[in-house]
Amino acid sequence: MNYSKAASLGLANMWVAFTFFAFAALLGLYQVIERIDLIPALKSPEMYFGSVSTHGVLMGFVLTTFFVAGFGYYTATTSLKQDVWNRPLAWFGFLLSLSGVLMAAVPLLTGNASVLYTFYPPLMAHPAFYIGATLLVVGSWAWCLEMVMMLATWKKANPGETVPLAMYGTTTNAILWFITSLGVTSELLFQLIPWSLGLIDTVDVGLARTLFSWTLHAIVYFWLIPAYIVLYTLVPRAAGGMIFSDHMGRVAFIMLLVFSVPIGFHHLYMDPFHAAGWKFLHMTGTFMVAVPTLLTGFTIIASLEVAGRLRGGKGLFGWIGALPWNNPLVLAAGLALLMLTFGGFGGMINASYAMNTMVHNTQWVTGHFHLIFAGTTVIMYFAAAYYLWPKMTGNALYSTRLALTQLWLWFIGMLVLTLPWHQLGLAGQPRRISSTPYDEELVQSWLPAEFAMIAGGVILFTSALMLVFILLKTHGNSQSVENPEVEYAESLHSTQRMPHLMNSFGFWVALIVVYMVASYGYPILQFFLLDTYGTVPWSI
Amino acid sequence: MRDPFRSICDDDLERRWIWISLILAFAMGGLLGLYAVASNIHPPSNVETIDSSRLHLTEEFAEDKLGVKQNDDGSLTVTMVAARYGFFPPVIEVPSNTPVKFRIASADVLHGVHVPFTNATAMIVPGYISEINTSFPTAGKYSFLCNEYCGLGHDSMWSRLIVVPESTQGK
Repeated sequence: MNYSKAASLGLANMWVAFTFFAFAALLGLYQVIERIDLIPALKSPEMYFGSVSTHGVLMGFVLTTFFVAGFGYYTATTSLKQDVWNRPLAWFGFLLSLSGVLMAAVPLLTGNASVLYTFYPPLMAHPAFYIGATLLVVGSWAWCLEMVMMLATWKKANPGETVPLAMYGTTTNAILWFITSLGVTSELLFQLIPWSLGLIDTVDVGLARTLFSWTLHAIVYFWLIPAYIVLYTLVPRAAGGMIFSDHMGRVAFIMLLVFSVPIGFHHLYMDPFHAAGWKFLHMTGTFMVAVPTLLTGFTIIASLEVAGRLRGGKGLFGWIGALPWNNPLVLAAGLALLMLTFGGFGGMINASYAMNTMVHNTQWVTGHFHLIFAGTTVIMYFAAAYYLWPKMTGNALYSTRLALTQLWLWFIGMLVLTLPWHQLGLAGQPRRISSTPYDEELVQSWLPAEFAMIAGGVILFTSALMLVFILLKTHGNSQSVENPEVEYAESLHSTQRMPHLMNSFGFWVALIVVYMVASYGYPILQFFLLDTYGTVPWSI
Repeated sequence: MRDPFRSICDDDLERRWIWISLILAFAMGGLLGLYAVASNIHPPSNVETIDSSRLHLTEEFAEDKLGVKQNDDGSLTVTMVAARYGFFPPVIEVPSNTPVKFRIASADVLHGVHVPFTNATAMIVPGYISEINTSFPTAGKYSFLCNEYCGLGHDSMWSRLIVVPESTQGK
């Protein structure tokens, strides 16, 4: 079967993702330098907060949404061996999202939307920012529909067959993203857009933050699931082995789907407008969502061990050395798992209802999500790009050695950046500041970690440029790829007899609806029962 | 007893790991629950609304009502307003090892407060009153930092918290 049409969709989406990524990485470098007051000429809160807002929107919304869509189109067609369901719709969604990004870029880059990617009403941005963000999200719903329809069409043509794991994961992500993006979309459509256009005078900030929290946690799983799909379905084969358990992959995806949306209040632990009981309920769910990650860690390491032993590795740890670490997918998987371990540990502390008070809104949090997202997740995006670019373009990877160096630099840069950030957070540094005009003694104690952070920023920016360079060179490479097929890993245990619940979604979607009503129903309703006071807009 | 996970998983090692993962998650959640109930440790969650544009007209948050007040039981209540770009009153002095209840309202946008090296933290959300219940075991000079982006002058929004040793407090 010819996948060239899906490849165009995949490449278009992923090029948008990585182009904006490189620009956002440059902003990141500027931010680490500006932030510590080292160069007085650089000091400018206008520039800094404009930059942070743009960096957050590009990394969190643009890199991810476009990468996930491109990755989804290509893995869906190649794993199902079936064309994209409705190609015009897919391109329409792509263009709608892209026009949203360009629309939001104008106020962002001119300093008229320095409200950070979390919006923060009652600070008010230019309406074009909110409308652009909405278009980006609505455009991505076309992708969600495509994935669900591709699965439905395939199931009809292959009754009783087991859905390939890569597609099961991708469909999970499409459903997850649709459900979780309803929160932020409601905030935009019913609150921020009419308010910024002057149609309503005030917004209830408590309600706005509650709706945003509906999106804010599960969105990180929307980012993470493609990384897990690569770990489960591409890495074991690249390492020369098999998936230890296809079943466990499905259990992990289902748990992420069910538990990641109704737990958003762990972002609101310190907010005054929800009672402790609701926060506690969301906390228990937050610990449950750690389970699929623990399961994934086990299955991926077990799969790598299978590969290492098949390659002749002996003894308790001998299989580790036997793995092909010169394969970008395998190297990225190893580095991602290390970062996931550090980041997951910090995440448990954030999730803890009481310990969160020590680190809330400090640089610790920035360190945590850079480790998990920019580290674990994005390094797997890189590896996926190195694997898929040759398949999608038909040209061989420009240089495996350069790709391996790029991955190592990203890993080292991320540790040099984020470990000091954790330390800064424990020493009280707030996360969203453009300078440090605080108590001399406190500021002095922060300095060593801040110099480390600049070193990390330089390493990461170098690595980001290398990525774009390698992808460009691969795209224009005159040497053809040896094997244009995407090769998905086989499962060690048979997947012939798959329980119905692990091969479908209906029951789980119904369960989420019930869980969402239980965990968000009253907390949202209370804003209409209480005597609340709206807030007028404030400029930045 | 038959392992309930047998239907989704054929492998013994893996089933053992499922159990370990679940036990870990429940143990951590359970431990936090135990502390929450037994030691009454909760994040700030008082659910109390206020009209942020009329703070100066209220009984509690008018300018002359702000500051530290001693309650009948010896505990303290500190009433404060957060507004761009400062906390009012700007210097707060409290004795160590004494229960302190902060009640803070925003006069404008979203703010936050964090006193480094302590558990005094809360978001300050316009339209709502934030309450922090804590006590400070160690005397010293602390920074009272705004830890939520509130506008271009956010960096300079901080003030002082002075914790004096318990005994030197004139009673």
